[in-house]
Amino acid sequence: MASPGLILCLLLTGGFTLAGWLVPWQQQSGARRGAGGFLAALMGDSRRLFANHFFVKADVYFHSGYYPSIFDNQAMHQTPHMAADAGVSEDKNAPEEGSFLGPPLDWMDRFSRNFFPALHTHLDEGGADDHKKHAHKPGEPCELSAGLEKEILPWLRISAELDPHRVETYTVSAFWLRTKLRKVDAAEQFLREGLRANPGSYEILHELARLYLDSRRDPARARNLWELAFRRWRERAPTLKEPDNFALMQITASLMRLEERAENYAKAIAYGEILKTVSPHPDLVQKDIDLFRQKLGAPPK
Amino acid sequence: MADAPLDRRDACPTTLTHKEPRMNTVLALSGVVILELCRRKDFYVLFVLTTLITLVFGAVNFFGDSSIFRYVKEICLLLIWLSMLVIAITTAARQIPAERESRTLFPLLAKPVSRAQVVLGKFLGCWLACGAALVVFYVFLTVLSATREPHFALSGLLQSMWLHWLFLAIVIAMSLLGSLVFAAPSSNSTICFVVVGGLWLLARHLNKVALQLAEPINSILYFIYFTIPHLDIFDVRDVLVHGWPAPSLGMCALATLYAAIYTAFFLVAACWVFRRKALN
Repeated sequence: MASPGLILCLLLTGGFTLAGWLVPWQQQSGARRGAGGFLAALMGDSRRLFANHFFVKADVYFHSGYYPSIFDNQAMHQTPHMAADAGVSEDKNAPEEGSFLGPPLDWMDRFSRNFFPALHTHLDEGGADDHKKHAHKPGEPCELSAGLEKEILPWLRISAELDPHRVETYTVSAFWLRTKLRKVDAAEQFLREGLRANPGSYEILHELARLYLDSRRDPARARNLWELAFRRWRERAPTLKEPDNFALMQITASLMRLEERAENYAKAIAYGEILKTVSPHPDLVQKDIDLFRQKLGAPPK
Repeated sequence: MADAPLDRRDACPTTLTHKEPRMNTVLALSGVVILELCRRKDFYVLFVLTTLITLVFGAVNFFGDSSIFRYVKEICLLLIWLSMLVIAITTAARQIPAERESRTLFPLLAKPVSRAQVVLGKFLGCWLACGAALVVFYVFLTVLSATREPHFALSGLLQSMWLHWLFLAIVIAMSLLGSLVFAAPSSNSTICFVVVGGLWLLARHLNKVALQLAEPINSILYFIYFTIPHLDIFDVRDVLVHGWPAPSLGMCALATLYAAIYTAFFLVAACWVFRRKALN
């Protein structure tokens, strides 16, 4: 009978040898599965559900906890505010969406409202803070609570980890990172991460272009990115059930303004003509086009 | 060792005489429960888990900004609430069944101790033990908040802890009643978790559901809505996490009265059931 020490040595050697073969194999198969290997293996497609939950959670934080539950009237609340305010989603919310609770239904309802957030606020307007320390008009930016928007970022990061193909997560995060928190590099890095996961995303390209124009003051790169976004939009549009006119409107409007600034009026008119077809205010776009025609020397149509 | 009830020699009630005031009996019984919880490992395990998970989440750096804190506070509070719910229900649910199973209940009731005093002693012991555990959890949260939060309000945290303790009072009283109604502690715990979860998360919305229904279901649902204890009013985590002003003292006093009424209701019901129950 061999000594237990020898048996232990043999088992340890066997384990070590097998690990030398299994670990590289596992790493290779992990790389084959692509990004999010561990989470994808663990949760499968259910992670998309959780990604959506955490995206909404970020919007709950944007409202400092005041948010409709499944039992409340959600008809007025259609778009996450943090996305609408960032300009990455079309705002479909009704003007009175902040009052989804309505007046108290009974004394118990009135009593319980003292124990949870029952007032509509936004983090970029001071969140819950403005009611304690100072008062200012709703909708106005609040200097005393500047930077509170950062509190939505952890949930957006987790949402992106769970579903790297959810484009809105990257664009919303990047907007708040660069505009309110002045973290332009982090915003660009995150957008590029999103672009690697979603190579054909015109939304991310549009947001990247905004970053280059507004934060890096680089109109040449911004133009390139918007033109690429426009091309990507045209490639994707036939594959969609309903074309994303909101994105087209944003891209063409940005290109039109950029060309106007560069005094390329012919191009500005061309983009204006496309914009006119999707804009909710075609008459205003037409006025711009007429102005460009005047500057170009051509008679207005 | 963990599940076994304490040796009766440790328990003060064996030394009781009929001359001792009733409150002393209740306090002595509660002392045994507190000692038992100190000897069990549940609290320590849950506290270490809560601490570890919170610290791991707190150590994560999102976009190079280490000052982001609300999510850590939310996760920590959620873990505290879940841990305390587990401690409260499992502790309260096994008190009387364990005494009966180990047959220590008979010598206890042979002393000048009434069944109502047993129920009250068990309740007070569980509640005080949960209070002590709650203080430890909230001290951890306070230290965490004080180190990470620029505008840290201790008063809000104390108020939140008080309301949480009131919530636990109702839960413990409900579990004690359940332990006298249901056969096994496991079934009682499961039912209590489901009922408390339902009351905690759904009770607040019952009136909205009722409004969408026709008579007589509407009235029945509204009756249920006003009858059940609204555990959600004690949960002020959102207020604390998002920095809202804490509820006024008047509202807290009303919440305390509300909790006292429902705790008393469940305790009276438990005493009544226990008095009518055959022990063997």
